[in-house]
Amino acid sequence: MSPELDQSQPLLTVNGLSHYYGSQLGCSNVGFDLYPGEVLGIVGESGSGKSTLLKCLSAVLPPSEGEVIYRDRTGLPHDIYQISESARRMLRRTDWGVVEQNPRDGLRLGVSAGANIGERMMAVGARHYGGIRSEAESWLDKVEIDLGRIDDLPTTFSGGMQQRLQIARNLVTRPRLIFMDEPTGGLDVSVQARLLDLLRGLVAELGLSVIIVTHDLAVARLLSHRLMVMQRGQVVESGLTDQVLDDPQHPYTQLLVSSVLLP
Amino acid sequence: MISVENIDKSFTLHTQGGVSYSVLEGVSFRVKPGECLVLNGPSGAGKSTLLRALYANYKVDRGHILIRHNDQQIDITEAEPRAILAIRRSTVGYVSQFLRTIPRVSALDVVAEPLLGLGVEQDVAYEQACTLLERLHIPERLFHLAPATFSGGEQQRINIARGFLPGYPVMLLDEPTASLDARNRQVVVELIEEAKARGAAIVGIFHDEEVREAVATDYLEMTALESAA
Repeated sequence: MSPELDQSQPLLTVNGLSHYYGSQLGCSNVGFDLYPGEVLGIVGESGSGKSTLLKCLSAVLPPSEGEVIYRDRTGLPHDIYQISESARRMLRRTDWGVVEQNPRDGLRLGVSAGANIGERMMAVGARHYGGIRSEAESWLDKVEIDLGRIDDLPTTFSGGMQQRLQIARNLVTRPRLIFMDEPTGGLDVSVQARLLDLLRGLVAELGLSVIIVTHDLAVARLLSHRLMVMQRGQVVESGLTDQVLDDPQHPYTQLLVSSVLLP
Repeated sequence: MISVENIDKSFTLHTQGGVSYSVLEGVSFRVKPGECLVLNGPSGAGKSTLLRALYANYKVDRGHILIRHNDQQIDITEAEPRAILAIRRSTVGYVSQFLRTIPRVSALDVVAEPLLGLGVEQDVAYEQACTLLERLHIPERLFHLAPATFSGGEQQRINIARGFLPGYPVMLLDEPTASLDARNRQVVVELIEEAKARGAAIVGIFHDEEVREAVATDYLEMTALESAA
């Protein structure tokens, strides 16, 4: 766990966040603080509103109500839907990272693995080819991709490799906050396990703050410090991860926990 | 170090027709540095539940649990998750009956991890972890294997090493000697005595009478409550 956890200013503050698709509720009146080094898991079934919430938080879907305040590296708060579109884009490229469930949504498939990493560096001003190349190599190594594949297209990679490449592409700019939507979804169990080990190590090593959406309670237990449980757009329970999973209070959380099959 | 004030704990099982039963009612006690409070009572009396509540793993319905952390009294029944994690990192250690660790992580890493989290140098942490594992008679060939395949007694000793290594000011012990032989039971008794000597406040459950009598400075007698539907 990161020593940063004791810093007293939240990185992200969410107040009264709701989103409606027409009259259909996406998520309702969500509020929380996320502190540096904290990993927040959002769990619930499909349709519970967790992905809608993640989109609202990560500045891709303006909420119908409420605000999302991000505190930058100098400590200044920004309401992410009040700042300009270019400032928001810059934020997503520098301070934030988004790991999509489907790596094809988070990668550029027409350029090489190395270029996928280098592109994010150039977006924040890196220009020196040698420097970019060696940084790309070091990140491929960190995510356990053979350096011999640096010039290959991501389309020639397996699903697990693509996901690891997406993670490298996101982390190369040293973001402070990472959003992940079912990062291990659709992967074989053995590949999933390796990816989880990698994520766990990187999150601790870099002291990242993470908001991770998953329907897999084992993934949530392994990666997150605290949990929010969502049902029909509402947060029905939240707290310390092991407390929520070992002593669930809400009927829906109890149902979720008791529905897990143990091997 | 630990001050428990009038706590109640019940469970409501919503998936089983909303059955509700009470496990703890009006439990209060204090534990000072160097003391070892032993929870005594038949199975079902709520001993493990109480221990889990002290670790904030279970939520209480009522009452306060104050733990001294960095010279401050913190009520863990009201603390934020990150405050509880900070307390667990440096103040409260918990040794459960069963090892619940992350798969694929070696025994040595499991034991050294809490020390590394406190910022101890890697070399130092691993050296101390090895010394303690040797003291608990874990063969060196197992150090680099994941404990999932170890015997019950070996897993328990890994758990003990992980819990005792950082020298927490508060230790919660849930039957740490349950599946150990006499030789290793003796090592655990020594570890508990050393922890008391350095001023740790300990709350523990011990089925083994000999161990219990060796380490206890006080007892809390517990009985099973009538269950109310």
